[in-house]
Amino acid sequence: MALKLMKGNDALAEAAVRAGCRFFGGYPITPQSEILEYLSKRMPEVGGHFVQSESELAGISMVHGAAAAGFRTMTSSSGPGFSLLQEGISYIASAELPAVIINVQRYGSGLGDIFQAQGDYFQAVKGGGHGDYRMIVYAPASIQENVDFTTLAFDKADEYRNPVLVLSDASIASMMEPVDLPEMHEHDPNKNPEAARGKGDGPFKRITSTMYYIEDFDTYVKKKYDTMAANEERWESIQVEDAELVLVAYGITSRICKEAVMLAREKGIKLGLIRPITLWPFPAKAFKALPDTVASFMTVELSPMPMIQEDVLLSLDARKPVHNFLAGMNIPEPIDIVEKAADCIKQTAKGACNG
Amino acid sequence: MNSIICSGFGGQGILTAGLILAKISMDGGKQVSWVPSYGSEMRGGTASCAIKVSDTEIYSPFIKEMNTLVAMNEASVDQFESLVKPGGVLISNSTIIQGRTFRSDLKVVEVAATAISEELKNIRGANLVMLGAMIQATGLFAPEFFADGIDAYFDAKGRNTPLNRECYMAGVAAAEQA
Repeated sequence: MALKLMKGNDALAEAAVRAGCRFFGGYPITPQSEILEYLSKRMPEVGGHFVQSESELAGISMVHGAAAAGFRTMTSSSGPGFSLLQEGISYIASAELPAVIINVQRYGSGLGDIFQAQGDYFQAVKGGGHGDYRMIVYAPASIQENVDFTTLAFDKADEYRNPVLVLSDASIASMMEPVDLPEMHEHDPNKNPEAARGKGDGPFKRITSTMYYIEDFDTYVKKKYDTMAANEERWESIQVEDAELVLVAYGITSRICKEAVMLAREKGIKLGLIRPITLWPFPAKAFKALPDTVASFMTVELSPMPMIQEDVLLSLDARKPVHNFLAGMNIPEPIDIVEKAADCIKQTAKGACNG
Repeated sequence: MNSIICSGFGGQGILTAGLILAKISMDGGKQVSWVPSYGSEMRGGTASCAIKVSDTEIYSPFIKEMNTLVAMNEASVDQFESLVKPGGVLISNSTIIQGRTFRSDLKVVEVAATAISEELKNIRGANLVMLGAMIQATGLFAPEFFADGIDAYFDAKGRNTPLNRECYMAGVAAAEQA
């Protein structure tokens, strides 16, 4: 196993190439521009196509077209650029086409700023585009997971014929860690039975002139997303077996929480951690399986307002208090998480509620 | 777990110094993480990187308190000296950082990295001089093993020169005498 020291964005881009992605259309924005930079060099080497589109809207529409033509395809963006992708994502979901979307989260609404954050949670997991669709959302916490979940995202996109989102952030994007890259996987769009090939000759090739829903579409689409929800939950539980308070955090924040759990245990404070790996479907099963010792929870989020809290409460049927450690634009210190958690354990014992 | 911060002006090769350390540590079988921090300037702004080197899983890649600080300029000492753990190592580029009193509970090695790299006619090798002093002062790796790693790093880039190793070894020698 030859490990390579790679930057998060580069590793993610290489994983896409190795998963057989041969079309990328997208527009640069910090902190995800290295994905474009990397693929602009790499795609021609493997006979693929890289287009720096005139806008994010054009990029996602090109991805829509490439997916329809049978390609494994991807786009990536961040912050305001990710907002611009939403219409296209909804269209791709509606067309039941596989595509991988990357959002490297940056801070804030509007223009925001270029550093790490987790404020796109609602947009990512509740569906930022219009209509009745969901996306599987993977939350990598390391460079290796950037590789592993991008690879998995392509497989799941094909399996469900649905767009899949990988939700990275600015810190994972720019840091470097050793990675073990998978073998090169070829995906020939010409051998894809689902690929649209056009019909007739001349400038007006078309497959269908009408857009209509199959009979009982409601039941069909509900079943599709119910199946994804039932089968695709992923999570990691750490030291929850005897925990009094369980931290809930995803992505880069979960690694800080792991350190907090170890620190707390040294001090005799019984913390555990549930790290959702899929944010949709949210790993409700992880919460159903907890022992009775767990009296309360605390989400740790790189956001000034709680977001995962909502899904934790739903998973618990709101039966236990869920506190928050809201780090906002600051990277939290493990010791501060431990101290707040210890305080929450005391509050919970006194019967205090959420907050 | 060893935590190291390399810090200096953008353009002093400080991110590269950290990268070389991370790469050689990885090749030496360690777990590593490298987190950069820099402004939007290519040159002249402050830049630093945080490196963790460990035999076990690295949880948070971020560093508040460090075992070792490699400081290429005054601003780096201002920002990070107070965060070095007691008994930790501070490598100070004495060509630029002069007339300072450092904390007495640290092992401080002052090495004229910029001047040495100029003498050796490898002006961009000041970061390697600093790495040499750091490896010697911390004992993180055997100095010769690390020197081979530096050669391998630049060989892989297709632009090595014997001057790189010379700069690094000059740093090792400077720390030996300190």
